[in-house]
Amino acid sequence: MDNWTFGITMIVVGMGGTLLTLWILSLLMSFMKRIFPMTKEEK
Amino acid sequence: MSTFEFLQSIIVKTGFFHLTIGHVIMWFIGLFFIYLAIKKDFEPLLLVPIGFSIFLVNMPITPLTGKGDLINLFYHYGLEWEVIPCLIFLGIGALTDFGPMIANPKTLILGASAQLGVYIAYFGAILLGFNIKEAASIGIIGGADGPTTIYLTQMLAPHLLGSTAVAAYSYMSMVPLIQPPIMRLLTTEKERKIRMKQLRPVSKLERIMYPLVATVLICLLVPPVAPLMGLMMVGNLFRECRVVERLLKTSQNELLNIVTIFLGLAVGSTMQAENFLKPQPIFIFFLGLVAFAFSTVGGLAFAKLMNLFLKEKINPLIGSAGVSAVPMAARVSQKVGAEYDPKNFLLMHAMGPNVAGVIGTATAAGMFLTMLK
Repeated sequence: MDNWTFGITMIVVGMGGTLLTLWILSLLMSFMKRIFPMTKEEK
Repeated sequence: MSTFEFLQSIIVKTGFFHLTIGHVIMWFIGLFFIYLAIKKDFEPLLLVPIGFSIFLVNMPITPLTGKGDLINLFYHYGLEWEVIPCLIFLGIGALTDFGPMIANPKTLILGASAQLGVYIAYFGAILLGFNIKEAASIGIIGGADGPTTIYLTQMLAPHLLGSTAVAAYSYMSMVPLIQPPIMRLLTTEKERKIRMKQLRPVSKLERIMYPLVATVLICLLVPPVAPLMGLMMVGNLFRECRVVERLLKTSQNELLNIVTIFLGLAVGSTMQAENFLKPQPIFIFFLGLVAFAFSTVGGLAFAKLMNLFLKEKINPLIGSAGVSAVPMAARVSQKVGAEYDPKNFLLMHAMGPNVAGVIGTATAAGMFLTMLK
């Protein structure tokens, strides 16, 4: 693979991977809201 | 030895005899950093030590940066061994309230999309003839995250460390100058006036679980950044568990301050005239600006894109806070929003993408390291 092709592949994989990682984290955060709701004391 | 020869040997050993125009130019660059810090209040905690270090290490024939010399020791053990960036992340974790991000997890996507500039600048650097590892080190400047920039550059292209670190910290300090024109250009007045619903309260258990969950996910997906993210999350756990007050205070204050001094001196020491006054750092500064501008564009554009699908619209101005400069980028979102609607309080909403940007930049660095190391 030449420098250019490798460079473009890295952009796609890198940006895609970054978005995917943070999207999964956001899903986990949404899930946590349901598992650990506010307690009566906290409210 | 005659008296004349003796005096001559003393004169030869003074700095004046070895002074070059390059040294003097670097003095002015160092003084400019100090000026920005003191007069303009641009990241003074970093620019004062960096500026003074630039000034100091460009004094000729001083025993400061040679092997085993004082500042070289800070550089060697702090930056080359990757200790300082990770300890800075410990302090950042201890200082950061991830609550706004946990309350509105969508903002994590904004933090990721604001890494667009990282990849645009990376490609630009390849076009300008830098090799792939150098291009990645330059691109990461767009994340506006100094410790991550140092961490990645030290691993991939250590010879560029001075230029990339100084560019990252310079652009971080110039957030209030660079971002507002781009924010105004890419948003309509109606969008800037969008008011967002107040964030929900976050339970204590969610706050405690967040650093654990994030550590598991990021360390499994992008293991090369485990030292950075691991220390950031342990710092955050100190903060949220509320049972290690002493450790928390040390992480937030003494440790962070001590490490910041070493960081500033070590980064500044890489800017010696013979290494710095070349065309390459100028290209790096230019590409850093491109990276930073496109990161702002990425966050704004993605926020607008999200609005096409969301019932409850988000103010696109918070997208620009997806760059990691915490909390300055969030403050800029608040300030620009308040110019159009003084009663619109965007700060807490913008803190979500802002802290997500730190994770986004570390993830982007991890992606580069996974592919290149």
